[in-house]
Amino acid sequence: MSQEARPEAPSPLDTLAIAERAVALAEAAGGTEVEALVSDERAQLTRFANSEIHQNVAETNGSINLRVAIGKRVGVASSNRLDEEGLRWLAETATAIARNSAELEDWGGLPEPTPISEIATAWSDGTAGATPEMRAEGVRAVIAAADAAGVRAFGSFSTAAEHLAVANSKGIRAMQRRTTAQLLTVHMGPDGGNGYSEQASVDATTIDAAAVGRDAAEKARASATPQSVDPGDWTVVLEEPAVVDILSMLAYMGFSALAVQEERSFAEPDKVVGSELVTIVDDATEPGALPMAFDYEGVAKQRVVLIERGVCRDVVYDAQTAARGGVTSTGHGLPAPNSYGPFPLNMVMSAGATSRDALVGEMERGLLVTRFHYTNPVHPKLAIVTGMTRDGTFLVKDGRIVGPVRNLRFTQSYLGALAGVVAVGSERRTLRGDFGGVLVPAVRIEGWTFTGATEH
Amino acid sequence: MRDLSDRSLDTAVQLGASYADVRVVHRRDESIAVKSGRVEGVAAGESEGFGVRVLVDGAWGFASSSRLATAEADRVAADAVRIARASATALRHRVRLDDRPRAHGTYETPIEEDPFAVPLEAKIDHLLAADEAARTVDGVAFTETRYDAQRETRTFGATDGSWTEQTFTHVGAGIEVNAIEGDDHQRRTYPDADGGPFKAAGYEYVRGLDLVGRSGPLAEEAVALLSAPQCPSGRFTIILDPSQLYMQIHESCGHPTELDRVYGTEASYAGTSFLTTDKLDEGFRYGSDLVDLVADATAPGGMGTFGWDDEGVAAQQVPLVQSGIFVGYLSSRETAPRIGRQSGGAMRADGWNRIPLIRMTNVNLLPKPGLSLDDIVASTDDGLYLASNRSWSIDDRRLNFQFATEVAYEIKGGKKGRLFKNPTYTGITYEFWRSLDAVGDASSYVMLGTPNCGKGEPGQGGHVGHGCSGARFRDVQVGVGKW
Repeated sequence: MSQEARPEAPSPLDTLAIAERAVALAEAAGGTEVEALVSDERAQLTRFANSEIHQNVAETNGSINLRVAIGKRVGVASSNRLDEEGLRWLAETATAIARNSAELEDWGGLPEPTPISEIATAWSDGTAGATPEMRAEGVRAVIAAADAAGVRAFGSFSTAAEHLAVANSKGIRAMQRRTTAQLLTVHMGPDGGNGYSEQASVDATTIDAAAVGRDAAEKARASATPQSVDPGDWTVVLEEPAVVDILSMLAYMGFSALAVQEERSFAEPDKVVGSELVTIVDDATEPGALPMAFDYEGVAKQRVVLIERGVCRDVVYDAQTAARGGVTSTGHGLPAPNSYGPFPLNMVMSAGATSRDALVGEMERGLLVTRFHYTNPVHPKLAIVTGMTRDGTFLVKDGRIVGPVRNLRFTQSYLGALAGVVAVGSERRTLRGDFGGVLVPAVRIEGWTFTGATEH
Repeated sequence: MRDLSDRSLDTAVQLGASYADVRVVHRRDESIAVKSGRVEGVAAGESEGFGVRVLVDGAWGFASSSRLATAEADRVAADAVRIARASATALRHRVRLDDRPRAHGTYETPIEEDPFAVPLEAKIDHLLAADEAARTVDGVAFTETRYDAQRETRTFGATDGSWTEQTFTHVGAGIEVNAIEGDDHQRRTYPDADGGPFKAAGYEYVRGLDLVGRSGPLAEEAVALLSAPQCPSGRFTIILDPSQLYMQIHESCGHPTELDRVYGTEASYAGTSFLTTDKLDEGFRYGSDLVDLVADATAPGGMGTFGWDDEGVAAQQVPLVQSGIFVGYLSSRETAPRIGRQSGGAMRADGWNRIPLIRMTNVNLLPKPGLSLDDIVASTDDGLYLASNRSWSIDDRRLNFQFATEVAYEIKGGKKGRLFKNPTYTGITYEFWRSLDAVGDASSYVMLGTPNCGKGEPGQGGHVGHGCSGARFRDVQVGVGKW
């Protein structure tokens, strides 16, 4: 092959046709209910450390997940062989599993078709066409900002495009395409200062790499030579990346119908869990939450109010938990088999009335926290979580940042944190949570419990 | 596979790569989940594809595809070269790899009973029986019993002529019992949460777990925890059962000895490490004299056991800590030369579509002759025995950690007594390991580990092993937070 040769990327798969073919094969093999989920994903990530690109990757993957029920016996098989031979193997395998499985007594059946509206804002040609040169250009802009501040840059710039289709034997024919892009960086200075910044978007071309670099650089410089403060109860201003962790953890621990049905959730209808300033919904049509039209069972996404003015309202359902609960799916199913249950993938927290400056400016004494690190539930039903601060923690006195502090460990009920919210920022940012897009403001919380400290 | 691999390598070299390697991976897995007597999920899966890694102008590029075809080999190799050239536009140090012998050969996980050959109905019945045994106990809210198996075949070829073929079989099974009363939720698992730990073994490992026999007592303990007192706060002597000690090793020994972390290449995601290279030079005291840690990619049964790593470096035993002194890292062909050493063979990739990263192999705390774990308990006047990990967290330099376990047993006068619920403990890594004053002998040594070690962007899950026998630590802060 000559150096000039540039083989073209393979054309997008006809995901819906593959799904329909798999359904037909599985029905022919004896499945009484069949569902096929087909994904065609092109994902790339350029990673940098010490202000140079050190890892740079791309993948092309088509995959299929086939769920087959024979009566109440259910089997699932998955593969990334999408040719006729592969689909036949898949249909036979899933059907054989179903035939040899035990009955699921309360099997609720596959979902029925729901009207699905295309979400045009979920796709960007700019992201789908992103090149390694484009990502490298963005990385160089981040590094330039670090160089200008005398710090080093560590982070990643990722782009992804996915075509997704679901077909089932009850008539669901759903197809969507989505793109996501994320640029994040930790800038690290010579005197122990760290700063974090991130932008996420459907459209990679809207990400301002230089601005991300400048934000992180400014914070890294400001957090140099941190001092120790004692753990204890503090008033904190949590910036958006830290707030994302709270929402993601609460989703993990309690916003799922299965968690409620198994009695491991904190969520109960009309239970007061937060201050009146806290409203959280899952809204997959919200452009800022990296939208999607339907879930992995092909059910249209519904807007679900999780917490309204501090009061628990509802949780999210997939087909199986909806059948158990005598309701309809809210469109929050994950790929089968899924013993964990449904999940909110597009959470949005309502903005408040407090400006970014006032969140800190109205704090008499407290800490400004950029983000958390390695959080983990200690007691899920009480929503007690432990974790560390990182990449920019500052002491605030009389409304002014007076200096950086070393990182602290917290052991804190996230429900208690919602109850302690006294101010919510008027601006919101789109960030990537553990499993989807999240649109959140910064918040001020009273009584945040830090339980330990580290050396940096 | 050989043809596709050779084609990828040839194309990469023609387009300017000074080095290239290619892995073709086929992964097959099977899982069964039983929840409260219901067979909630039975699944089989396969994934195959290839990944091409190239060095061009001293910079890395990687591309991968699930389409195993000659034309795709050309496209993917060309894409990897193009990506590497883009990397070179933001490069400050050209990558240099250490020399290693050309890799040739085959490796296969030794197993006695092929887990994929055991009839599905038999495996389901096994889980249902264990689940049923747990649910006969009054007060159980819900149960989950799991089985997982994975087989991966992996070829590795490189432009230096290396070619290896390896097949790995890993299995895991376990039961989780939950008891709930009001806002209280207690859990007991065996042998570990999330259906683990896995082992590099066949179905004989699952049969040997005695899930059915262990379920009833486990359920009784989960229910008993609801009425158990809250674990006290204060400074205590603690003994860590292997079911917790392996996680302590994982987080505070394994991860900080990854040399890529030390050099900052994981900084933006999982963080860095306090074990900087100056500490290697100075002979930093990591733990007490009783602490001997080794990364052993040859350990029987370990999920980190292989013939060659994903750079073609042969499996080996690498001392990390000897008699409490920090002596070595988990390393790669790129990082090891920077400390004047050869690669320790720790580069491992999660499937065909990920690059190899420095990963733990089997990071083991070696047993010490003299005291069995029971002897250690018997020689403890006042303390706590902590078992079964429930929660884990450690800071971005691997210093400040906090763990929760499912259960604590009070120790008084050398005997284990009443239960405490919600135990937590916290500390600073090197202070904690320096406080170790007893390690169990080989009689309680077990190979545990996790199939879910997260690292890298895009994310990768790692199968890593940890052998340990239990150990005692003095003056540890127990009981954190408000309950």
